[in-house]
Amino acid sequence: MRRVAVVGAGMTPFREHFGLGIKDLVPMAVSEMAAHVDKGLDRADIQAAWFGELSTTDGFPSGILADTCGLLDIPVTRVENACATGNDAVRNATYAVASGAVDVALVVGADKVRESSARSTFWEWAGMTRDTAWDYPLGLVAPANFALHVARYLHESPATREHMAMVAVKNHRHALPNPKAQLRFEITIEQVLAAPTVVEPFGLYDCTPQSDGAAALLLVGEEVVDRYTDRPVWVRGVGLGLDRVMHQHKRDMTSFPPTVKAARAAYAMAGIGPNDIDVAEVHDCFSGVEMISYEDLGFAERFGAYKLLENGETTVGGRLPVNPSGGLKAKGHPPGATGVAQCVELFEQLRGEAANQVDKARIGLAHNIGGPTAVSAVTVLGIGKD
Amino acid sequence: MSYTRPDFRLLPTPAGYLQAFWTGGRDGQLLVYRCRSCEQYFHPPGPVCWRCRSREVGPEPVSGRGRVATFTVNVQPWLPSMPPPYVIVLVELEEQPDVRIVSQLVDVDPGAMAIGDEVEVFFEHWSDEQHGDVWLPLFRPAGGAS
Repeated sequence: MRRVAVVGAGMTPFREHFGLGIKDLVPMAVSEMAAHVDKGLDRADIQAAWFGELSTTDGFPSGILADTCGLLDIPVTRVENACATGNDAVRNATYAVASGAVDVALVVGADKVRESSARSTFWEWAGMTRDTAWDYPLGLVAPANFALHVARYLHESPATREHMAMVAVKNHRHALPNPKAQLRFEITIEQVLAAPTVVEPFGLYDCTPQSDGAAALLLVGEEVVDRYTDRPVWVRGVGLGLDRVMHQHKRDMTSFPPTVKAARAAYAMAGIGPNDIDVAEVHDCFSGVEMISYEDLGFAERFGAYKLLENGETTVGGRLPVNPSGGLKAKGHPPGATGVAQCVELFEQLRGEAANQVDKARIGLAHNIGGPTAVSAVTVLGIGKD
Repeated sequence: MSYTRPDFRLLPTPAGYLQAFWTGGRDGQLLVYRCRSCEQYFHPPGPVCWRCRSREVGPEPVSGRGRVATFTVNVQPWLPSMPPPYVIVLVELEEQPDVRIVSQLVDVDPGAMAIGDEVEVFFEHWSDEQHGDVWLPLFRPAGGAS
C-alpha cells in the first residue's frame, strides 16, 4: 500500500450548539480544514468523502455532507461504529487512498447530542445504541455500563477514586488553553470527590459533558502531498477491534479487549510499539476509562495505571502526555466527531502548532472505545514516513 | 434498604427468543438458553450457539443462584419509573460463571455489599395490554441476608 498523509485539519468548537444543526457544523469544520491547508485546497480536488456520524438529527448524513459542502459529484459514505466512529472513518479513508483508488479524500466527523433535554439524552441514546430487549428495562444506561467495568477495576487494582479524580483534574487543566474545548475551567481533587454521584463510582466531574461539534481532515496519497504542504503528517497505522456487545460473556471486566486488538493492529502497521508514542488522545468518556485504556494501549503494566498519574507522566511536561486537548472529559464528546477531532489535535501537535503543545512530539496515537465497550479504533500519526 | 415495588416499569416484549427469559418466572424458573451440542449455556438467547454454531439450542431452567461479578449504584434520576438510588448488578450464574445476567439487586445496603457476594433470583410480575404478562428476574442477597 502507498503512504497516506494528513495535509489539512480543522474543527468547530465543541459546545452546546443549540442554534446549529449537523448541516451547519459540517461545512464549518470543512471550511476551517480547507483554510489550514498550507498551499490551499481546490474543492474540485476532493475525490471521495467518508462521514462519521452516529445520530441523524438533520436527516440522511451522506447527503447532508454532499449538499452543505457543495460536493455533489463525488461518492460520500457514512461510517457508523459507535463511539469508535471517528477513527474508523479515518481508517476507511486511509485504505481508499492507500489502495490508489483516490488521491484526495475528505474525512468528516460530526454529531449533535444536545437535541433533547439533558435529562433524557442518555436514555434516548441508549435506546438507539443498545439492544433494548435486554438491559434497558432494568436500568442499564451508558454510564452504568462503564461503571460496572470501573467498579470491578477498582476492586482488583490498587487504583482508587482519587486516581480517577487525578485524570479529571489533569484533563480540565489541559483544556484551559484550548479555544475549541467545552469545559475550560480548573477543578480540584476535592471538588471531584465531593461532586454529586451519577452512577458509582462516577461523580459529575468523572463524566464527559454532552457536546455538539464537527471535525474534518484531508487525506492524500504520497505522490500528491507536495501540492498541499511541505509539512505533512503521515498516517502510520490504523486498527479496529471488537468484542461481545453485551456484558453477559465478558470474562474480564477490568480490560477492554477491543482496544488491545485495535492497538495491536495499528502498532504492527506502523512498525512501532507503545514506548514510541510521544503524545496520545485517549477515550476518557469517564475518568476510570482513561486508566484502563493506559493498560490496554500498553502505556502501563496491568493494574499499573495509577502510577502514571501519581508521577505526572501523562500530564503535559511528563513522559507521555495524554489528552493535551482536554480529552473527551473537558474538550467534549460529540461521538462521531470525537475521533476525527483527536486526529485534528495530533495533526497540530506533530506540526508544533497545538494550543497546549507537547515538546518534540513526533508520533501520536488516537483512541476510541464504544458500543459501549465492544468496539475500539486506534490511529497512529507521525512526522516521519517510516 | 428494603425493596418496594415501583409504581411503573419499562417492560420488555416477551416474544420470540426473548419469551423464555421474561416469562419463566410464571413457574418460578430462570430460563437460560443452552446448546445441546456443546452443552454450554449462553445469554442473551438466539437461534444459534455462538460457540459451536449448532442450532440445537433451547431454554433450560438454572438454579437462579450466583455471585456478584460487579455492581454499580445509580443515583441519577434518568426515568420517573426508576427512582434512585438503585443497584445494577452483573450476576455470574452458579452453573457457568461466564454466563452473566444484568439485573437489579434489591433488599441490600449498597455500602455493605461486595463483589463476590452470593445472590439469588426472584420474579416480579407485570402485565399490560401492550406487553402481556412479564416476570422480571430481579436478584436479592442469597438466603435473605444483607
